[in-house]
Amino acid sequence: MTANTNGHHTNGATAVIDCKLDHVYYGDFLAVRDSRVVIERGKITGFIGPSGCGKSTVLRSLNRMNDLIRGFRFEGHVHFHGRDVYERGVDPVAVRRYIGMVFQQPNPFTMSIFDNVAFGLRLNRFKGNVAERVERALRQAALWDEVKDKLKKSGLSLSGGQQQRLCIARAVATEPAVLLMDEPCSALDPIATRRVEELMLELKQNYTIAIVTHNMQQAQRVADTTAFFSVDISQGGRTGYLVEVGPTKQIFEDPHQTLTKQYVSGQFS
Amino acid sequence: MSVVTTATTTTAPAAAPSLERSAFEPRALRSGLLTAGVWLAALLAAVPLVSVLYMLTVRGGARLSLELFTELPPAGFEMGGGFGNAIVGTLVMVGLGGAISIPLGVLAAVYLAELGPDHRLSQAARFAAKTLTGLPSILAGVFAYALVVLMTGTYSAPAGGLALAVLMLPTVILTAESAIKAVPRITRDAAYGMGCTRTQVVWRVMLPTAGPGILTGVMLAIARAAGETAPLLFTALFSNFWLFEGGQPRVMQPTASLAVLIYNFSGMPFENQIELAWAASLVLVLMVLVINFVSRLIGQRSA
Repeated sequence: MTANTNGHHTNGATAVIDCKLDHVYYGDFLAVRDSRVVIERGKITGFIGPSGCGKSTVLRSLNRMNDLIRGFRFEGHVHFHGRDVYERGVDPVAVRRYIGMVFQQPNPFTMSIFDNVAFGLRLNRFKGNVAERVERALRQAALWDEVKDKLKKSGLSLSGGQQQRLCIARAVATEPAVLLMDEPCSALDPIATRRVEELMLELKQNYTIAIVTHNMQQAQRVADTTAFFSVDISQGGRTGYLVEVGPTKQIFEDPHQTLTKQYVSGQFS
Repeated sequence: MSVVTTATTTTAPAAAPSLERSAFEPRALRSGLLTAGVWLAALLAAVPLVSVLYMLTVRGGARLSLELFTELPPAGFEMGGGFGNAIVGTLVMVGLGGAISIPLGVLAAVYLAELGPDHRLSQAARFAAKTLTGLPSILAGVFAYALVVLMTGTYSAPAGGLALAVLMLPTVILTAESAIKAVPRITRDAAYGMGCTRTQVVWRVMLPTAGPGILTGVMLAIARAAGETAPLLFTALFSNFWLFEGGQPRVMQPTASLAVLIYNFSGMPFENQIELAWAASLVLVLMVLVINFVSRLIGQRSA
C-alpha cells in the first residue's frame, strides 16, 4: 500500500498519465496488447505506427472515449495523477473533463463560434467571466484575430483549418490537464497543418499533449517523446502493440529495435 | 507545291475530332426525348396542385371577408354567416394533438435513435410507428371515440385532439428519429469528448443539431392533421357555437372544425353553404401555408 503510493509519487513528479494496456478488445477482436507509455507533464508525446496498429485505440482509451464503442473491453490500467481511470467508481464523464480531446475531423457544434468555445465552460457551470475565457482560449488557439469580429457566426462557416483551431480552443477553454489529439492535421492542408503544429508547440507550455499521427515528419517536428506501435498478424488477427518508446531523437536516429529502424527509414508504412 | 501540302498535313492533328452538336445522332435524340419526357411528367405532377389552388382562389376567394372569421355558421336558408368557431376548433384540436404528439414523439425518437437503437423495445416501437403511418385516419377516430367519447359520454375537442395526436405521432417519431440519426458521429464524439453526460449530449447537441429536421416532421404532421375530417367526425362532430363562450371554454361539447364544416356544407343544397365550404377550404390551405412559412423562418434563424 505504502510502496504503491510511493511508487506513484516518484512518477508523479513528471508523469501525468501512466498507461499500461495489457489487452484491449472490441468484441472478440484483440486490438492492442502489452503496451505501456508514460506521458510526462509539459511534453508532447507522439504515437506513430502503420495504420491499424492501434495507436488511436490507445489514445481513445486514455479518456475512456472507447467506452462508447460496443464490445470494448479494457485490461490494464490508466493512471491519471496516480488514480486508475478504469477503477470502479470513476465517472468517465469526469475523466473527459480533465483529459480533453481534439479529433481527426474538425467537428465544431452547429452553434456560434462563441458558443462553441463557451460550451465546456457552461457545461462545468463556470462562474467567472465567460467572454474573457473565450477570448483567451481563442488567442491560445491562434484564432482570435481571424474571428474576433464574427463571434456570433456559425462555427461551421469557418475553413477546415480554422474549424480545427476552433476545436482546439473549445478543448483548452476549460483548461484540461491533458490534451489528446487524434491525427488532428490529417484533414488539413499543409499550411493549416503548419499552423496547428506551431500551436501545439505553444500550448506545450501550459498543457500536456498526446498526439497520434501517421506522419513521421510531424512527430519529429513536434514530439518530445515518441512511441512506435506496430501490428502483429501472427495470431491471425491484427493486434497492435508497442515496439519502442523513447526520446524522439533517439527513436528516429538510434532506435533499439530493428522494426523501428525499418519503419522510420521508410522501409514499410 | 506537293511538298508544301504534305508538310501542312503532317503538322496538323491527324483527324480533328468533330465537336459540333448533332441533334439527330441516336444518342442525342434519345437524350432529347427523355428530357422532354421528364419535363412533361414534372408539368403533369404540378397540374393537380395548381388547379386545386386555382379553384380555391377563384371560388373561395370570392367569399373571403372579415365576417367569415367572426360569425357563426348559418342555418339552412340563412344568408351570410361565417365559420369563426370552426377556425378556433381546428386550431385548438390541432394544438392539442401537437401538444400530445410532439413531446411524446420526440422523446420516443431520442430513445430509438440514441439510447437503445437495437433494443427489442425499439424494434417493436419502430414497427408500430411505421404501421401506424399507414393507418386509415378513420380508425384513429374510432379509437378516440372508444377511448374518450364513450367514456365521457360526449363528443368533444379533447377527443378530437387525441384522434389527431394518434395520426401525428408516427410521423413525428419517424422523422425525428432519422433527423437525430443524421447528426454526424463526429459531433456526438465531440460532445462526449467535452465531458457531456448522455443527457447533455442529447439536450445540448443532438436535439439542437437535429432541430430543423425535427421541425420538418412536425410541420408535416400538423399539415396533415389540420386537413383530417374522418377522425373528427367520430370525436368532435360539429357545433354551431363558439368553443369559448364569455371567456369560459366549453370543453366537453361537440366542437366545430374547418374540415368537418367543409364536409358538411359541400353536400348541402344551399348556395350560401356551398360558397362557405369553398371559402373554408381556402382558409384551411392558407393556414397550413402560414404555419409552414413561419416554421421555416424559425428553422432558418436557428440554423
